[in-house]
Order: sequence, then C-alpha cells, then structure tokens
Amino acid sequence: MRRWLPSPLLSASLLLMWLMLNQSLEPAHWLLGGALGVLAPLLSQPLQPHGHARIRRPLALFRLLWMAAIEIVRSCFNVTQIILLRRSADVNSQFIRVPLDLKSPHGLALLSCLINSTPGTVWVEILPDGHELLLHVFDLHDEAWWVHTIKTRYEQPIIEVFETPEPGGGRT
Amino acid sequence: MSGAESLPWWAAIPVALLLVLGGIVTLVGTLGLARLQSFYQRIHGPAISIALGAGCILLASMLYFTVMQSRLVIHELLISVFVLMTAPVVSMLIMRAAVYRDLRAAREMDPGNDAGNS
Repeated sequence: MRRWLPSPLLSASLLLMWLMLNQSLEPAHWLLGGALGVLAPLLSQPLQPHGHARIRRPLALFRLLWMAAIEIVRSCFNVTQIILLRRSADVNSQFIRVPLDLKSPHGLALLSCLINSTPGTVWVEILPDGHELLLHVFDLHDEAWWVHTIKTRYEQPIIEVFETPEPGGGRT
Repeated sequence: MSGAESLPWWAAIPVALLLVLGGIVTLVGTLGLARLQSFYQRIHGPAISIALGAGCILLASMLYFTVMQSRLVIHELLISVFVLMTAPVVSMLIMRAAVYRDLRAAREMDPGNDAGNS
C-alpha cells in the first residue's frame, strides 16, 4: 500500500483534478484519472527530497485556509484604498523580521503561499542566522502587531497541521 | 447556447456585479503599478488583481455557466488553485531578485559596508 500509493491524498487530488478538467464522471475518465493519480506521485517521488507532506489535522488546515481567505479579501480592500487615496511617498513600506519556529518544509511552503497571496505582504527570504523571516510590508503601522499576527494566526495553525509534537518539547 | 440575454435576472445581477467588481479591482491593481514609486511598493499592486480580481471574475464565470448549462460548472476552481499556487512563487522570485540587485548595488557603491542589512 505505502509502496504503490505513497501519498493517498495527492493521488486523490490528482484524480479529482482530472475529473474536473474533463468535466465528466464517465468510467473512462475515472480510469485515466486513477492511472494519473497512481503514476504521477511514483514518478515524481525522486524529485521530492523531503517526502510527501503528511497532514495531521485536516480540520485545522481548513480553518486556516478559511481565515486566510477572509484575510486576503480584507487586505485587498486595504491595498485598494491605499493605492487610490494616498500619495506614494506617504506609504510606509518597510522590511520587517519575523522570528519563526516553523521548521517543516511543507509548512514553510504553505506559509509563503499564504503570505504572498495576501496583498500587502511579500515574503523575501529566510535569513539563515537565527531562522528569521524577512518580510516586506506595503503599509507598516505597527511592527509588533504584524509579528504577532503572523505568529499566532498563521504559524501556530501550520505547526499544528504539519509537525508532529516532539515528546520532550525539544523544538527550538 | 444562445447568449447572455437568456440568463434569468436573479443570476444576471450577481454575475454583472462580480464582473464589474473584478474589473475595477484589476484596474486598481494596474493603477498601483503605474502610480507607486519604488519597486518594493509596486510589487504589491498586482497582488490584488491576482487575488480578488481573478477571484471575482472566476466566480462570475462559475455562476454564469452553471445557470446557462443547468449543471454544476466548477472547473474554474482549478484555475484559482493554480493561480494561488504559482503567483506567490513568482512574486517571491521577483522580490528576491530585486533585493539581491540592490544589495549588490550598495556593495559596489560602498565596498566597506557589509551586505546583509537590507
């Protein structure tokens, strides 16, 4: 089972993608989509140095995505307002640093997607010394608020979803 | 499929509203690209076109074709998933390229200054 279906979730989403692309539920498409779902993860496995992502708590993931969607729409309106109403020189664009506890590569990928999809914030890079995230904020009013928001609203749920709690609490 | 005139009014109104909203948001995004001064500000402009503009237009498309063809048409969801997976990568790459370009320019201007503080 593990050998032929290394990630059942990935296979299922590939099958779903195939059915949606073809917009039909005919048996032929189930068959083709199933073949795609089995073959593609097997063939792409050598390309994944970290292995497939394991989602520990799907419910927390859905809650996180829902909250991120609301946040995206909200900051869309904020950025729209700034573009329309403020002069470019008045906008306080800054780089900020956010110390991260998140280590899982899949979690970091998800975090970067969410942060970059939210208008007004762009992920620059993770500074190698001290595992800090360098972030560019379009209109900065309070750096501590940003750090707090990203840590509690995004990072904490992502840690819950992707990382196994270590028995000794050895996370640094 | 005859065209938009056969669309019932209860679907036409939300479709039209979503299309207009999506168009306005996309326009504002490009306006930001034109109006903002520094590169680091301009990168935030198109982000709203990607997120909200594309989202509204895709929602309108889903609603329109679902009503017109009397069946669930949701493959537009795939477009939004792909956009939300690829656009962040692009903006991150552009951002890092800009940061490294500026760091290199700063180093060439002032060789004594150590890079790393951006």
